[in-house]
Amino acid sequence: MNDEAACVLFDPGHRACGGCAAAMAARFILDAAGKDTIVVSSTGCMEVFSTPYPETAWNVPWIHSLFENNSAVASGVVASLKKQGRKEKVIALGGDGATFDIGMLCLSGAFERGHDFTYICYDNEAYMNTGIQRSGATPYDASTTTSPAGSCSFGNSRPKKDLPMILAAHGAPYVATASIAYPPDLKKKVEKAINTPGPCYIQVHAPCCTGWGFEGEKTVAIGKLAIETGLWVNYEMEDGVVTKVKKVVRKPVEDYLVEQKRFRHLFKPKRNDAEIAKIQALADRNAEKFGIDIKLKK
Amino acid sequence: MAIGTGCSARPGKSRNNKTGSWRVFRPEFVHEKCTSCGMCRIICPEGCIGENEEGLPVPDYDYCKGCGLCAEECPSEAIEMKKEEK
Repeated sequence: MNDEAACVLFDPGHRACGGCAAAMAARFILDAAGKDTIVVSSTGCMEVFSTPYPETAWNVPWIHSLFENNSAVASGVVASLKKQGRKEKVIALGGDGATFDIGMLCLSGAFERGHDFTYICYDNEAYMNTGIQRSGATPYDASTTTSPAGSCSFGNSRPKKDLPMILAAHGAPYVATASIAYPPDLKKKVEKAINTPGPCYIQVHAPCCTGWGFEGEKTVAIGKLAIETGLWVNYEMEDGVVTKVKKVVRKPVEDYLVEQKRFRHLFKPKRNDAEIAKIQALADRNAEKFGIDIKLKK
Repeated sequence: MAIGTGCSARPGKSRNNKTGSWRVFRPEFVHEKCTSCGMCRIICPEGCIGENEEGLPVPDYDYCKGCGLCAEECPSEAIEMKKEEK
């Protein structure tokens, strides 16, 4: 097994919840990127649990500045390395809040200027570190503390922002989505991104047991269900063209929804077929757009 | 060049923090059933599963939080979660 490096580059003793997908993502990313990597983190779960002063889980150079500016810091690091003629790879790591909302300005700027770095977003679909507030990445109908489900609301009223497409529109040479449920695929995408010149983006689906409401042991199972239901699509885009898509035999979306407390209001006190149908429609649209369905021969 | 502001920490200092005290359930590895596929070592969020001379997985209970992911994902069901006796 080639997982020795990860154990060396991201140490245990960090304070992530048991079964944390972001901690898994950090290990897979470092495993693929190797030791000649400089990591720039924005504020978020990953930064808080991995580096409570004076401790750090990172065994590669790592820097944190603010919530919003990790792309700008990464741009500076890249420029400095270029001036010194050094070849280290730069990875900017952010959660979905830092990526979709707060850091959007710096992220867009860095991609437009075309710095040679890889931005990786671990997408746990809300601001988990501060207490599960909705973000631009929160999916439709998910209940969070700022989009609570109740008698007047079914949870988050807006669908997820399509950030990979936005960054592809910046002219990014490589944009991909991945999931912690498929480590070899994620590692391959990280390797490809850091070896592609120019700004590359990977969005990693990272189910959050605390924020989504499931047991820590189910993290990988939930990640797989998201893909099997079509609510998350693993794909690669090169120069704005989708080149590779993970195909599945699709399951109904309720298999995924029923496992999580953030969608509990769709099933209790009584089943809400109308809202579940809307979420199924989102999955159907994904399936049609990316052609993920495997046609079974009867 | 020294960093003028901010603070720095030596790499890997998080090992000072023994997260094993969080554990409620303890993974027991049944080596007779193990096929050394390496799944538990890959997915462990702590990265605290090593291997012995025979290539069989051995967890570091100093850091294992007892999340149970390894037991859940083990294809040969060779990991049992037992209530921690303290």
